[in-house]
Amino acid sequence: MPVQTAAAMKTGNRVVILGALSAIAIATARLYAKEGAAILLVARNGGRLDALATDLKARGAALVETAAMDLEAEPMNAPLHMAGWKHRLGGLDHVHLVYGYLGTQSQASASPAELARITASNYASAVQWCEAAANIFREQKSGSLVAVSSVAGDRGRQSNYAYGAAKGGLALYVQGLAHSLAPTGARAVAVKPGFVDTPMTDGLKKGGPMWATPEQVGRILRRAADRGGPIQYAPGKWRLVMMIIRAIPAFVFHKTKV
Amino acid sequence: MDEKFLQSDSIASWGRVIRASHRVARPRFADELPGLITAGGDTPALPIGLRRSYGDSNLNPEGRVIDMTGLDRVIAFDRTTGVMRAEAGLSLSQALQLLVPAGWFLPTTPGTRFVTLGGAVANDVHGKNHHSAGSFGASVTRMKLLRTDGSAQELVPGDPMFHATIGGLGLTGLIEWVEFRAVPIPSAHLDAQDFEFGHVRDYFDLAAEAHTRAEHTMAWIDCLSGGARLGRGVLSAANWSSHGGLTPHREDPKLAMPVDAPGFTLNSMSVRAFNSVFHDLKRMRTGPYATHYEPFLYPLDKVAHWNRLYGRDGFYQYQCVLPPATARDGVIELLKVIAASGQASFLAVLKNFGAHPPAGLLSFPMEGATLALDFRNLGTRTLDLLADLDSIVLSANGRLYPAKDGRITPAMFEAGFPKLQDFRAYLDPGLSSAFWRRVSG
Repeated sequence: MPVQTAAAMKTGNRVVILGALSAIAIATARLYAKEGAAILLVARNGGRLDALATDLKARGAALVETAAMDLEAEPMNAPLHMAGWKHRLGGLDHVHLVYGYLGTQSQASASPAELARITASNYASAVQWCEAAANIFREQKSGSLVAVSSVAGDRGRQSNYAYGAAKGGLALYVQGLAHSLAPTGARAVAVKPGFVDTPMTDGLKKGGPMWATPEQVGRILRRAADRGGPIQYAPGKWRLVMMIIRAIPAFVFHKTKV
Repeated sequence: MDEKFLQSDSIASWGRVIRASHRVARPRFADELPGLITAGGDTPALPIGLRRSYGDSNLNPEGRVIDMTGLDRVIAFDRTTGVMRAEAGLSLSQALQLLVPAGWFLPTTPGTRFVTLGGAVANDVHGKNHHSAGSFGASVTRMKLLRTDGSAQELVPGDPMFHATIGGLGLTGLIEWVEFRAVPIPSAHLDAQDFEFGHVRDYFDLAAEAHTRAEHTMAWIDCLSGGARLGRGVLSAANWSSHGGLTPHREDPKLAMPVDAPGFTLNSMSVRAFNSVFHDLKRMRTGPYATHYEPFLYPLDKVAHWNRLYGRDGFYQYQCVLPPATARDGVIELLKVIAASGQASFLAVLKNFGAHPPAGLLSFPMEGATLALDFRNLGTRTLDLLADLDSIVLSANGRLYPAKDGRITPAMFEAGFPKLQDFRAYLDPGLSSAFWRRVSG
């Protein structure tokens, strides 16, 4: 085993990233790489994972492993895969769940298949991976799970309630995991980003103070793996914004088109 | 049209004079590029990077642009030889984060680190060490170029297409990755010294002397004073230090211009931001001093969006190079006209290029003196002044830097670049830019 790898393992920096090819995931992975972490990347496209792995090694990662897999399609085998990944890394300290599917509400309303995909990607499959990670952390009494939710999960809105409900449900699930893990010392965090300038949001009008970069969100995800409460906003100002939005009475809210 | 190209109003060059809507693709992986580059139809495309070019060489309003900044992965970095191969969208800033701790540095760097590798090649950028290192293209060992006809080729020095692509303004094809040779450094710090000169004519002797013993040199010029103090300034010269360790710069700017400055009345925020930048420059130190590379090589990168200082109408940058025979008289004449106009920014940069052969057919650097300064866009008043400067440059057998230009005439461009006719043979017919349509007649 290379010296650096041993160091990464000793310092407890072995991380699995689910949905590793998203802009936010790459920004997060680069922070781990700079720390000399051991990283396992999971996403569908094996060729792209290899390109990312080379980059992360050049940026200082002690070890980069890849697993080409459709996470939406494989949730029933989550415990098996998670155990295998832990073995490949020589242990498991952090799991980041970053993948998701935005879709469009109009299509989700018209097509059961689109609604099923949004629900499966953002909630049904996601909670299986979360539970699999949490079970490992519970048993070893250490480790942290950080799942990407969304501010869209804080109030149902006509423009994206399918996505919002799934991401909101995921946050609630992770909040429950955090509660159940608390006695063991392990942690679970749902991070709720606001608007992020990524390929997922291409087509929206961007810019202005409410838009964050993937790098900003990545820093928050990395920090969330080490500390902070079970629900975190990215950036933090969204906590206040969403508090206000949740407080707007329905008779007012229903007059808006957000 | 292809749904991968989305309409966007957020594409502007650094000078921000032109506000135009573009159709933009933002690829993130190399496997997307062949589909994008061949998706043309009748509208030309243009690969773009971090958009630090000032004028219109990075704009393509009637066509499409391919924003390469999402392709920013390192493909290979050999810590023993210093050879790095990376996707064209990697910024010099990110490259330094890897190079410096391993004891390497960019072979040369422009005054901002927020430039992509692809942009550094396409503009054959130069830096304060031009007299010792040549331009960026001189250190490129290999690159991959995709053409709109679907062909792909790996280019090495000696290939005609290689030298057309160096300084080729992104018009010969899409650069997928670049491999270059870094230079070893013993430390991330420089041993520097500043030398004052009371008149610009004294600069030339000072610079010639400094070039014999300093790897990095450049001078700041005061553009506001005339007469006996015309073009007074400070020449800074530096060599890599052997002390101080190999810590790279901090990645985030500490300060930012939050909004456009209202007209020329600088608000207190921007004044404070700028004072901090020029603090170092104005503190004319006597005797040698040690400095990290960051403030010495990248003074303006401390302030994000400093281009907003010039207000909503934007600004022009004027950068010319004059050959040794005419440099001294030409620069003096330019500064006289500029000082009399009262339109100049308060500081200009003056630097002497070395005698390296050009790396590309359209490379800007040639032996002589290069002068660069900003002009706030005041419409025709500014354009008239710049046209007056053009005639001085033209009669001094000089040329202008396409990366900075947003207005020269085809004749001026042709006069400055004798290899222009040769270059045309290597153009990719599916690529174009606002600059190219303007100067190619």
